[in-house]
Amino acid sequence: MNNNNTIDVLDAGHAACPGCGYAIGMKTVLKALGSKAVVVVVPSCAAIIAGPFPNTSLGVPSFHSAFEIAAPTAAGISAALKRQGISDVTVLAFAGDGGTFDIGLQALSGAADRNEDFIYVCLDNEAYMNTGVQVSSSTPMYSWTGTSPNGNTKNKKQIMEIMAAHRIPYAATASIAFPEDLMAKVEKAKTMRGTRFIHLLAPCNTGWKIAPDEAPLVSRLSVESNIFPLYEIFDGLRYEINYQPKRLPVENYLAVQGRFSHILPDQIKAVQTETDRAWAELCAREARTRQLYGDTPVAIDCESGTKEI
Amino acid sequence: MKKFITGNHAVAEAVRLCRPDVVAAYPITPQTPIYEQLADWDSAGELGGTMVKVESEHSAMATCLSASLTGVRTFTATSSQGLALMHEMLHFAAGSRTAVVMAVVNRSLAAPWAFWSDQTDSLSQRDTGWLQLYCEDNQEALDTTIQAFKIAEELMLPVMVMLEANFISHFMEPTEVPEPDQVDEWLLPVNIPRRFDLSNPGFMNGVVSAKQYRDFRRLASDAMEHALTVVERVDKEYESTFGRSYGLVETVDCADAELVLVTTATITSTARVALASLRSKGIKVGLCKLRLFRPFPVKALRDVLDNAPRVAVIERNISIGREGIFCSEIKSALINSPGRPKIQGYLAGIGGTDVNTQLIEWVVQDAITREVFVDQPIWVDDAVLEGEAQ
Repeated sequence: MNNNNTIDVLDAGHAACPGCGYAIGMKTVLKALGSKAVVVVVPSCAAIIAGPFPNTSLGVPSFHSAFEIAAPTAAGISAALKRQGISDVTVLAFAGDGGTFDIGLQALSGAADRNEDFIYVCLDNEAYMNTGVQVSSSTPMYSWTGTSPNGNTKNKKQIMEIMAAHRIPYAATASIAFPEDLMAKVEKAKTMRGTRFIHLLAPCNTGWKIAPDEAPLVSRLSVESNIFPLYEIFDGLRYEINYQPKRLPVENYLAVQGRFSHILPDQIKAVQTETDRAWAELCAREARTRQLYGDTPVAIDCESGTKEI
Repeated sequence: MKKFITGNHAVAEAVRLCRPDVVAAYPITPQTPIYEQLADWDSAGELGGTMVKVESEHSAMATCLSASLTGVRTFTATSSQGLALMHEMLHFAAGSRTAVVMAVVNRSLAAPWAFWSDQTDSLSQRDTGWLQLYCEDNQEALDTTIQAFKIAEELMLPVMVMLEANFISHFMEPTEVPEPDQVDEWLLPVNIPRRFDLSNPGFMNGVVSAKQYRDFRRLASDAMEHALTVVERVDKEYESTFGRSYGLVETVDCADAELVLVTTATITSTARVALASLRSKGIKVGLCKLRLFRPFPVKALRDVLDNAPRVAVIERNISIGREGIFCSEIKSALINSPGRPKIQGYLAGIGGTDVNTQLIEWVVQDAITREVFVDQPIWVDDAVLEGEAQ
C-alpha cells in the first residue's frame, strides 16, 4: 500500500485485549487517516483502547463523547473547524454497533440526512462487548450473548441499506482481514466531502468465543463465506462489489466460533439460505447499477451456492 | 434602536448581535420563533455563523458542545420536553467545560400536555452544572443573552437564560436593541481554548479515577463559586456601555419591610404594581427579585433577608413531594441567618395560571398576618382567593 502517512497513530500500550479486532481495525483506519485528523470515540471498546485519563494511545486530537452522539459530535467539530477556516482536517468518528445500529441511530440518521462532513466508522463486533456481551440489533441470528442465552432470534439489522437510504456520498463495508482494502476505502473517503460511512466488521475474541489470535482468520471467513461481503455504495445508489469471495459454506465460519456452538444443522441451513439470498440481492444491485448508471465495476462471479476450497 | 418585539425575537436579536459561529436547534413550542428567526437571518446571509438544523434537542446540544470544544461561539434554544431530552447532554456540556449559551422558554412538562408557563423544566436541570438566569421581561431577556456569552466564555461554563412561555416568549414589548458595533466592542470575538490541537494531540474526556473525578467536580464547583463575581462584574460592565443592569438579586423597599416577598421572572412585574399599591396603604412590604439561580447568590440574598422578620416566596414551579424549588433554596440559604426570618412558600401560576395583583395582595396579607408558618407550600388557587373574598 502506497501511503504517505506512515506514522502509527495507534500506539503500543493501548488498553485492548490481546488480538482485539477493534484495535486492529482502529490501527488500520488511523494509519490511512494520517495525522491531520480529529477523532471522536464514544463509549465502546474504542474508548477504552484510546486510554484512561491522562494517557492516550491515539496520535491525533480525540474526544470521548457520549454514547449516542458520535455523529452530531463529529458534525459539531467539523462545522466549528470550518468556521475557523480549517478545511484540511478530517473529522472521523468511531462508534460500535450498539452506538450505531441502536442508541445512536437517530442522531446518525439526522447527520447523514444533512450530509454533515465527516467519516463515520462503525466498528461492528455484533454485540455490546464493552459491557460484557449483550445482544444488539447487529447481533446475527442464533448467536449466543449474555442476553440471548439460547441464541439470538432475529436477523442482523441491515445498516448499509439504512445508510444507503440516506443517499450519502459513500458507504462501504470493510474487514480487518483485508487491511489494504480497508485503507484504500479510508483514503477514498478522505478525498470526498459529506457523510461517509464505513461498516467495519471487527471481531471480539471474548464475545465471539474465539482464540486471541483468530480475529483476522474469522474475519476472513466472514468475507469468504459471503456472511460479510466487501462492497461500496456511492450516493446510496451505485453498488460496487470489491472482492470475489471463495463462497465457502457458512458452516466453516460458524463452526470456529464458540458463540454458535449450540447451533443446529437446520439453523446452519437457514443461515446458508439467508446468506445466499443476500448475496444474490447484492449482486443484482450491482448488475442494476451497471444497467442504470453504466458503471463498470470489477466483474464479480455471482453464481449462487457454495463451493468447497 | 427601540423595537416593538416579542421576547423570543429579543433573544434572537441578541444572538445575532453576538455573532455566533454555530447555532444548532430544533423546533418546540414556544421556543420555535427563536429558531425560525435565526433561520430567516441565516437564509438571508445575516447570521454569519453555521446553522445546523438537527433532528432532536439531544443532537442540538451534542453539536453545540462539540463545536464549543473546538473553540467557537455556540447557541441553542429549547423548552420543556426538549430540555428534558437534552438532560444527559447538559451534564456533558458542563462537565466538558464548554461555553454553550442556551435560551430556555419555560414551559410546562408533560404529562399532561400543556403549553403554558412553568419553571419546573429548567429547575429540573438545577444540578447539571449550568449557570441559570431568570428574566423578568423582553429587555432583560435580550440583555441577559448578550451577557451570557461573555460570562460563559470567561468561566468556561455553559449558561442557560430563562424566559417564560407566552408572558415573555410571545408578548410584545418595546425593547432597546443595541447597535451591532456597540456589541462588537463590548463582546470581543470568541477566544476560548481550542481543545483539538493537531500540534499537541490529547484525548479529551478519557476515563478518570475516582479521585480524578472528585477533583474535576471540585474544579467545576470552584468555577461556579467564582461565577458569582463574574456575573456581577459582567452586569456592571454591561451597564457602563448599555445603561442597563439587573444584579444577582434586585430589591425594592426592603430596608424597613416587615415582609419581603421573593419572586422570579414575570411574577416580579406584577408584584411591583401590587407592592406600590400596598405601600400606599401603609403596609411595610418589600420585594426581592431573584435573577441568578445557579450559582445560588447566598450572600446577596442574606444581605437582604437576614434580618427580614417575614419572607414569602411566591413561585410558578413545584418539586412534587416538597414545595416550590426556589422556596427550598431560600430556606437553605437562610438557615444560619441571625434574625431567623420566618419563611412561607406560596405556589401560584403553576401551569401558567394567572398571577394578578389581587393574588399577590392576598399572599402579602396572608404572610404578614399569619401566626403559624407551615413547612408545606400554600396553593394559591381560585378556591383560596374566593374563600378569602367572602
